[in-house]
Amino acid sequence: MSAPVTIRLQEGDFDVAAESAALTRGRTDIGAVVTFIGICRSGEGADAITALTLEHYPGMAEEEIARHAQEALARWPLNGLTIIHRYGRLQPGENIMMVATASAHRAAAFEAAEFLMDYLKTAAPFWKSEERCSGTTWVEARSEDDQAAARWTKS
Amino acid sequence: MVRILYFAWVRERIGKAEERVELPASARTVADLIAWLSSRGEEYAYAFERPTVIRTAIDKVHVKPDTAIAGAREIAFFPPMTGG
Repeated sequence: MSAPVTIRLQEGDFDVAAESAALTRGRTDIGAVVTFIGICRSGEGADAITALTLEHYPGMAEEEIARHAQEALARWPLNGLTIIHRYGRLQPGENIMMVATASAHRAAAFEAAEFLMDYLKTAAPFWKSEERCSGTTWVEARSEDDQAAARWTKS
Repeated sequence: MVRILYFAWVRERIGKAEERVELPASARTVADLIAWLSSRGEEYAYAFERPTVIRTAIDKVHVKPDTAIAGAREIAFFPPMTGG
């Protein structure tokens, strides 16, 4: 059976349950589906985030995500994979992105989902800016994300 | 002529999202190009003031500063990414 790959960039929201169901519909070989959802947080306190804007590099974002998807398919026995990433202006509580992986057994589904997230955080061309009462600032990349991505590098 | 794209605060500091430039013969690598762009004006110097922070893509593929730019159709400069 095939391993369908769905990659979408969109401004509007997505339905995680529907996307997960689409991965398993009509299939009898899938024993595990892992879904990860990235959500906009507001943070605590008086200077909480009031909005989050995601800028992206159209064309490269899709291509870079596709490259990571192909690497995940090469490294793990997956039966399907879905990555959806929003862009534009979002409110706290809204979905930002999701990754869903399907496999016969859970280890591959969990590991591939984590691998994809670690790479998406560091290599997919998106940039977040946060609006607060005090002003709008660009989010800075975190070294923890680079370290997380580095641990997947094959020696 | 090469299409050059700028994103996030690189775009804000330079004041434009994209432009077309004639690459100078002296610029062989990404690092050379960043140095040449920095010399074009204060806004460019400000955007590239910490070159080690800048990330580059040639034709939508991540590249390192020592990568040759010959043959590039599109070169993008941006800060470290914060997607996901």
